[in-house]
Amino acid sequence: MAGEGDRRADLEVDRARSPRLVSSLRSGGDSRRSVAIALLSTVVFFVVVAVAITHAPGWPEVRSQFFNWGEFKATFPEVARAFLLNVKIFSIAEVLILVFALFLAVLRSLPGPVFFPLRALAIVYADLFRGIPTILVIAMLGFGAPALGLSYIPKSVIFWGIVSLVLIYSAYVSEVYRAGIDSIHPSQEAAARSLGLSRGQTLRRVILPQAVRRVIPPLLNDFIGLQKDTALVGTLGAIEAFQQSQIDTNATFNFTAYLSAAVLFVAITIPLARFTDWLVARDRRRRVAGGIA
Amino acid sequence: MSALAVERLTKSFGKHVVLRGVDLEVAEHEVVALIGASGSGKSTLLRCINLLEAIDEGRIFLADQEITGARNVNAVRRRIGIVFQSFNLFPHMNVMRNVTLAPRDVLGLSKAEADARAAELLERFGLADKRHEYPDRLSGGQQQRVAIVRALAMRPELMLLDEVTSALDPELVAEVLQVIGELAHGGMTMVLATHEMSFARDIANRVCFLDEGRILEAGTPEEIFTRPKEPRTQQFLERIIKARRL
Repeated sequence: MAGEGDRRADLEVDRARSPRLVSSLRSGGDSRRSVAIALLSTVVFFVVVAVAITHAPGWPEVRSQFFNWGEFKATFPEVARAFLLNVKIFSIAEVLILVFALFLAVLRSLPGPVFFPLRALAIVYADLFRGIPTILVIAMLGFGAPALGLSYIPKSVIFWGIVSLVLIYSAYVSEVYRAGIDSIHPSQEAAARSLGLSRGQTLRRVILPQAVRRVIPPLLNDFIGLQKDTALVGTLGAIEAFQQSQIDTNATFNFTAYLSAAVLFVAITIPLARFTDWLVARDRRRRVAGGIA
Repeated sequence: MSALAVERLTKSFGKHVVLRGVDLEVAEHEVVALIGASGSGKSTLLRCINLLEAIDEGRIFLADQEITGARNVNAVRRRIGIVFQSFNLFPHMNVMRNVTLAPRDVLGLSKAEADARAAELLERFGLADKRHEYPDRLSGGQQQRVAIVRALAMRPELMLLDEVTSALDPELVAEVLQVIGELAHGGMTMVLATHEMSFARDIANRVCFLDEGRILEAGTPEEIFTRPKEPRTQQFLERIIKARRL
């Protein structure tokens, strides 16, 4: 019994790990031949693209303007230092979004006619903030709120940049949460309620833990978008990575500083994507393998 | 004193009337089997008793106290255990956590108390070695036994079993029926909806045949299975016998 279960579990894990790329290659017939063809066509494709670009009449100019190693070395440390502000902005925003969006999603899933106003509010909110371009919200709040001249609200553009991002992304993330909540079969709620758990306990102990696990990948997708959109806070005058590279570019008339910023953004999103894959795989392993709690 | 009394219970989903005035009384320590075709209202009746479905008309009494329209449904539900056809274990919790969740969160037991209670029950039903497994890793029979233990951990006055063996592979049915048999011997008051006629005959004190939302005929297993009065009951049992389920 246990042996058979183990084998089944191994199979499942293998299937989860085997990349779709490989299985789609295999379905094309003899696997070794397919791999060889794939390799060859990939190499040919990139050689052709590389030759086409490097032989373009403007290539030497583009290379010195955008891919200048000397400029890269000179600008990277400054841009990296400015990038810490991006990191700070999205780190704070992500925590707030996780909480606020969950609150919105729960509001929207409240049943019964009594809660209609709250549900309606949550729906209007999501529609509104998914509809307005991020840069407009940032501009309106970033320039508008401090201009009110109220002494008790912060004047920092970074503060208002974070508020804008939280408002916008919570609208998206609450939809993600809601999809997760809706995906949990009603029989789970029936089981919990029949044991005497209240609606709140059922949500907290049974529905949300399962829902959140299911939506981790789309949640991360939104966070990658958020990390990139921190560059928009630069439009308020905060010196983050994009703004810093803009400054460098204006000073030297060389665009390689943008490349520095791009490298930094990619450098944090890729590990985040791998981290999510790992989380999902770990969760699956733990449930399928059991035993070690 | 009756453990459970249902009076003139009606329930419809939209225009579809599922229960048309059900009367049922269950004495303490009594085991009542509900039989009848799919769609005859067995499951709905159980869900109404547990207040999982709002009823249209009628009254329900638990230990002579009316529970229809109860202000605190959670307080009522923790006195009634229900086990579903599809187990409905919580997949993100291991067996121990599945069983201790409600005793801790609802009854307010300490972790040590709840763990001890769960360990004792799991031991009794041969699941001691599964306590750290997640539901995915258990067979259907084991999952259903855990679901029964989960309900028992609340020390209910009444157990409702909703076709608990219908989703199981044939070779796994026996282990679950054995558990239910043990509960019956221990004096647990139970109402069970079932397709396992021979089991119903062995275990039940009384059998109720449901047809189109009514209890058409009720009596001892002997009366229902060997001398059914109603033509519809006879028809139903003939079909069951043809299908070699009796």
